Amino acid sequence: MMTVLIAVGALITLALLFGAILGFASVRFRVEGNPIVQQIDALLPQTQCGQCGYPGCKPYAEAVAGGDLHNKCVPGGNDTVVKLSELLGREVLVLDADEADQVPVKKVAYIREAECIGCTKCIQACPVDAILGAAQKMHTVITDECTGCDLCVEPCPVDCIEMRPVAVTPQTWTWQKPDGIGAAAARRIPLIEAGRAGEAA
Amino acid sequence: METYALLLISTVLVNNFVLVQFLGLCPFMGVSSKLESAVGMAAATTFVLTLSSALTFLAYQYVLLPLDLVYLRTVTFILVIAVTVQFTEMFVKKASPLLYRVLGVFLPLITVNCIVLGVALINLKKMDNTLVTALLTGLGAGVGFSLVLVLFAAMRERIAVADVPVAFRGPAIALVTAGLMSLAFMGFSGLIRI
Repeated sequence: MMTVLIAVGALITLALLFGAILGFASVRFRVEGNPIVQQIDALLPQTQCGQCGYPGCKPYAEAVAGGDLHNKCVPGGNDTVVKLSELLGREVLVLDADEADQVPVKKVAYIREAECIGCTKCIQACPVDAILGAAQKMHTVITDECTGCDLCVEPCPVDCIEMRPVAVTPQTWTWQKPDGIGAAAARRIPLIEAGRAGEAA
Repeated sequence: METYALLLISTVLVNNFVLVQFLGLCPFMGVSSKLESAVGMAAATTFVLTLSSALTFLAYQYVLLPLDLVYLRTVTFILVIAVTVQFTEMFVKKASPLLYRVLGVFLPLITVNCIVLGVALINLKKMDNTLVTALLTGLGAGVGFSLVLVLFAAMRERIAVADVPVAFRGPAIALVTAGLMSLAFMGFSGLIRI
């Protein structure tokens, strides 16, 4: 009888102690409710490019929280759409963009420097400050900083900016993906010719 | 020092908790479809395993043994593990929101994971059971779990787009892959005897 009492008493004491610790922790470490807008904003790429139709990433985050579609972020790509739908518990939508924007190849802006007149218009348009230069001086793009958002192409008065695909380096190279379902059957060498197989049957 | 190094190698490779002792298979199959989430899960599990194996050791040594309540170890350990994980979650949420975003989702998942309880119980059977060995076993189990989980997730990402025969698609090929990995890890057996 005594053993049972000790066992029950010990477990209850432990449980009470742990309960007290957790209760204390939940008061001590209380975090101000994390609003959904901040979580959405954290998933957006922060290019502030405005391709979603809102003036920046934060306003778009507010709009999404308010019920707008979550597939309008072009720089974020399909990845962001999937993450947003996971966060919001909504359906995964197809990225709302032109056909050209869905090409998976990453592109960066390139300024044909011989044609650049140094007007600084592209510098003002760049949301991530990836274009270097001054008035009357030739501009150039910092390739590592460029997000490929296209915003600098439009304002250029002499059309000297083009989008070029990023070259593959040893750092970014990956194994090519397997050919996909159905590929092995097509690759197989037919051991019995189709005509003769029909004759035999 | 040498014993400790051997203990680590033994828990990480030779007696790998997932592929040799078959503990913690649920997250191994469940959280391995994307490499990114696998890395998060691996980090969270390593952290919890290290902490909980030390704490369960303390609970065993200073509560259960003196009171002669060794038969209550499973219940007590579950209690200790649950509290540890819950407390850690609250603390991390307050102290580092960034870390919480990486590990937070996985912490509650680990509470009821058999690898955590398994390591705590296996610790008791060790001959030289001290706080340091308990801590190292926990850490080794976590590192071993991380190793196989990340390797497996990387393979599954490629399997997902491969041309697998119809009957093998989905969980079947994943289990076959896990079995082959397990065979590979069995190759370490006999390397170290502790």
